[in-house]
Amino acid sequence: MYAFDYTRPKDLAAAAQSFAGSDEPVYMAGGQTLIPTLKQRLRRPSLVVDLGALPELKGIAVAGNLVTIGAMATHAEVAASADVRRAIPALADLAQHIGDPQVRNRGTLGGSIANADPAADYPAAIVALGATVYTPTRSIADADFFTGMFETALEPGELVVKVAFPVPKRAAYMKFRNPASRYAIVGVMVAETASGIRVAVTGAGPSVFRVPEMEAALAKSFTADAVKAIAVPVDDLNADLHATAEYRAHLIGVMAARAVVAIA
Amino acid sequence: MGKFGVGQPVRRVEDQRFLTGTGRFTDDINVDGQLHLYVLRSPYAHAEIRKIDSAAAAAASGVVAVFTGADFETLGVGPIPVAAIPPANDGVKRTAPFRPAIATGRVRYVGEPVVGVVADTLANARDASELIEIDYAELPVAATMPDALASGATALHAPQYPSNLLLHWAIGDDAATKEAFAKADKIVAIDIVNTRISPTAIEPRAVIGEVDANGRITLTLPTQGGHGQRRWLASSVLKVPESQIRIVTPDVGGAFGMKNFLFNETVICAVAARELKKPVKWTADRSESFLNDVHGRDQLSHAEMALTKDGKFLGIRVSSLGNVGAYLSQFGAFIPTAAGGAMHCGAYVFPAAAVDVKVVMTNTTPLDAYRGAGRPEAAYLVERLVEKAARELGIPSVELRRRNFIKPEQFPFKTALGQTYDSGRYEEVMDAALTRADYAGIAARRAEAKTRGKLRGIGVSYYVEACAGGSGEQPVLSFDRNGKLTIRIGTQNNGQGHETVYAQLAAGLFDMELEDITIIQGDTDEVPTGNGTGGSRSIPVGGSAVQLNVAKMIDQGKSLAAEMMEAATVDVEFADGKFRIAGTDRAVGLKDVIAASFDGKRPDGVTEGLRVSENFNPSGATFPNGCHVCEVDVDPETGTVAFVRYTIQDDLGIAVNPMTMAGQIYGGAVQGLGQALYEEAIYDSTGQLLTGSFMDYCMPRADNTPSFDFAYTEVPTPRNALGAKGAGEAGTIGATPAVANAVLDALAAVGVTHLDMPMTPLRIWQAIQSAQGKAA
Ligand SMILES: Cc1cc2nc3c(=O)[nH]c(=O)nc-3n(C[C@H](O)[C@H](O)[C@H](O)COP(=O)(O)OP(=O)(O)OC[C@H]3O[C@@H](n4cnc5c(N)ncnc54)[C@H](O)[C@@H]3O)c2cc1C
Repeated sequence: MYAFDYTRPKDLAAAAQSFAGSDEPVYMAGGQTLIPTLKQRLRRPSLVVDLGALPELKGIAVAGNLVTIGAMATHAEVAASADVRRAIPALADLAQHIGDPQVRNRGTLGGSIANADPAADYPAAIVALGATVYTPTRSIADADFFTGMFETALEPGELVVKVAFPVPKRAAYMKFRNPASRYAIVGVMVAETASGIRVAVTGAGPSVFRVPEMEAALAKSFTADAVKAIAVPVDDLNADLHATAEYRAHLIGVMAARAVVAIA
Repeated sequence: MGKFGVGQPVRRVEDQRFLTGTGRFTDDINVDGQLHLYVLRSPYAHAEIRKIDSAAAAAASGVVAVFTGADFETLGVGPIPVAAIPPANDGVKRTAPFRPAIATGRVRYVGEPVVGVVADTLANARDASELIEIDYAELPVAATMPDALASGATALHAPQYPSNLLLHWAIGDDAATKEAFAKADKIVAIDIVNTRISPTAIEPRAVIGEVDANGRITLTLPTQGGHGQRRWLASSVLKVPESQIRIVTPDVGGAFGMKNFLFNETVICAVAARELKKPVKWTADRSESFLNDVHGRDQLSHAEMALTKDGKFLGIRVSSLGNVGAYLSQFGAFIPTAAGGAMHCGAYVFPAAAVDVKVVMTNTTPLDAYRGAGRPEAAYLVERLVEKAARELGIPSVELRRRNFIKPEQFPFKTALGQTYDSGRYEEVMDAALTRADYAGIAARRAEAKTRGKLRGIGVSYYVEACAGGSGEQPVLSFDRNGKLTIRIGTQNNGQGHETVYAQLAAGLFDMELEDITIIQGDTDEVPTGNGTGGSRSIPVGGSAVQLNVAKMIDQGKSLAAEMMEAATVDVEFADGKFRIAGTDRAVGLKDVIAASFDGKRPDGVTEGLRVSENFNPSGATFPNGCHVCEVDVDPETGTVAFVRYTIQDDLGIAVNPMTMAGQIYGGAVQGLGQALYEEAIYDSTGQLLTGSFMDYCMPRADNTPSFDFAYTEVPTPRNALGAKGAGEAGTIGATPAVANAVLDALAAVGVTHLDMPMTPLRIWQAIQSAQGKAA
């Protein structure tokens, strides 16, 4: 790690001020991605702004048809929240299967989606459930938030404050995890929402994506067989040590079918 | 024999401090005025070093010194030596390729030390290292053994070695094996990859170098025995008498073979401390551990077996390539050859056998012993081959094993590869395992799994390994005035529980309390000699040495007690902590005898505190053996393997402490199944390590390993006093083939006949796809 200054502001305004006052600032949430990057000297911030004390980023609330989760909610908090589990059990399950206990106790919703790792789990939920991401100044619709591998619609310095998830009629998330890191090699959320059936895939491509053919097929017949036969083109899929593009394409079908079985 | 005798499951005395976070590991130690070493490493697998400009680094804040390979040459630092090179077929004796602690002229693997920066803080040392400019000229890379042996490959160690073939080694009888194969009804062949493994000890390596006013060097570091490190440093690197070096080893958090060896950073800390006359400390981070700890395994083999049509084994022949990496670690060339090569007869009567191994240098991290060291490779190959032969002949594999096992009455049994096995009851041990595993009931379980869409597989291995032969152990045992016993011994605990087991042995023999016994290890000033912990030798050899020395102390006690009671020594017996005149109630207690040894008149041969130090030499190697039965479900849709059941029946000879022994078997088996299913160190074609962190290097964990049903049969070995065969490596050796065979058994239903390790979901899915003629 290179030397840096550290601050832990008490509210959003103070955070914004600290951030603006530094030439190379970086926000830190759970630090699960940031700290390893610093330890390997891959980043050289002059100031680390710890988001841990911002009241605006905390809390989980269910109101009417919306589950609103603060950016600093840890994966463990989301998994353990009785409210979340009652309203959107698939979301609690998703959080419960992120990484390992240490990672779940530190890693946050805001950090996860701001980082936009192609193998992260939350993007599948954001897109399948049609969630809205709130920053201090605006709201960003699910379809617009993830723009590419490790890329989002956030402007430099723009914070995720909270995310609002509409409660679906029913939903399930199935994940095939990387045996080493436990990130998603393929994660599929199938959801029946107010605006129809959605199938969102994370882990397989550079960024989360929907599979319209599967959505259409499930609208006709909500069965595992309806999605199993649908082949996702391999061309745009990721390939690494742990999975080829062909394997990922195959797993999308398997995980989608399993999600359908879990829901039905 | 009371509560501590041989066979008692005495709780580990070490665990209190380990489980409460009060263990003391090298990195926990900080010495006044210590400096910190940062090692700048080669980013290239093969390159010429044209120029190093370190002037800016040397001038940077906090920097005390910068050392290059050229500096070390000027300082007269010698190369890191080898300990054993096996004899080559051509009769020409090989010497080690020159291995400097800091690269000179050329780098040969990614991570090789190129510059050592010493500063007041680690951060300053690392900051300064970024100011160093190095002009590298890249050379062609041989990242794999076939690449290294290809014609036109750049020789790593030219001109000393014009090619990357270090040597070609063979044992067995070629002519007899040819003849056996000519008579065969059936020949079964297999090509096997034994994957490269990162040792991943939970405690990374660390070193503190110190020097006193007389120039005597003290090195504190995790080892598997300091005496070897001292010898290698003294003889080759520093060229000083051994008395000028002290090696201290505090608690050690796992070693698995790897911490036996002398590493570059140890040398750099020693030399830097000597030159700067200040303590110098280095601790590896996890990335450095992946890059620089010696790796294990990495062999490619072709093997064939000759059989009659009713399944009698006629012969086996094996041709392997064994990777040693870019330089020879101390036993690098010994592991794939002499250590494992002679174990290719397994548990069976093979009338003829021939094995040859080409030892190959590549642009990768050096390789050396990893839990089992050569024997796991042999056992894996033999047990895969036996399973394949059974399938091809249509004979159940356990029946094929049964027909060819060495029978109890054949021991001592000399194999066609020249090993003389000590003892065993292989069929009985296998049957015990099969019964507990309900092997006979597998068909019903297979059918049940099928209804859930799963492929059930059951895999068996019967392994035999060799350990605890070779050198002896000479501990020093003595009582103090208060009757407290101290045992100084040159083996080195790195997690096994030696403090408990040695104390337990002595406590049982003396009938005393464990708290009254202190085990001293890990300090070459305190322990005069030692041959370290490795090859599962500590309990068979070290334990036997403790037992022998306790017996000698009791002999001394008897003659002193005889004097005290005015009796003849031959009439004195020792039991329940008392020396008694046989057939009378006249006795003196152990404590009184000890006190008398300090204060009274001592007969000849009796020393103060009954001090003894006798060497115990084993009369030969022991051959632990056993049967693993593994049952798995494979999910054919995803390729995932789930453990259903795991049964182990071992013959480890006499069990001194069944609890610590079981611990060795569990941990060992987890490492063995880790290789079968999860672990692999992977280099790309440019020699970059792709699995440089736990995000990509998959470890076995609590949620992907089975619970073990472990039991044992005690067939004593005549090779040592305790009759113990050694348990440190057995679990690893048995598990890898059993798990692989289980997966292949499951996959047989979908037409898969071969798969290499690690049997990952991806590989299993691909194998199913190609067996079914689909693209993968
Ligand atoms: C071993 C391991 C296993 C993991 N497994 C999984 C897994 O299975 N599934 C999964 O989804 N994830 C996984 N993760 C990721 C982890 O769960 C975290 O979500 C992730 O590391 C980032 O979250 P964080 O809160 O730690 O963010 P940090 O590391 O603190 O920050 C990451 C980045 O996001 C920025 N940032 C943080 N918060 C905000 C905010 N509110 N607004 C704007 N920018 C912000 C930071 O500036 C930084 O650039 C794993 C991580 C590790 C280390």
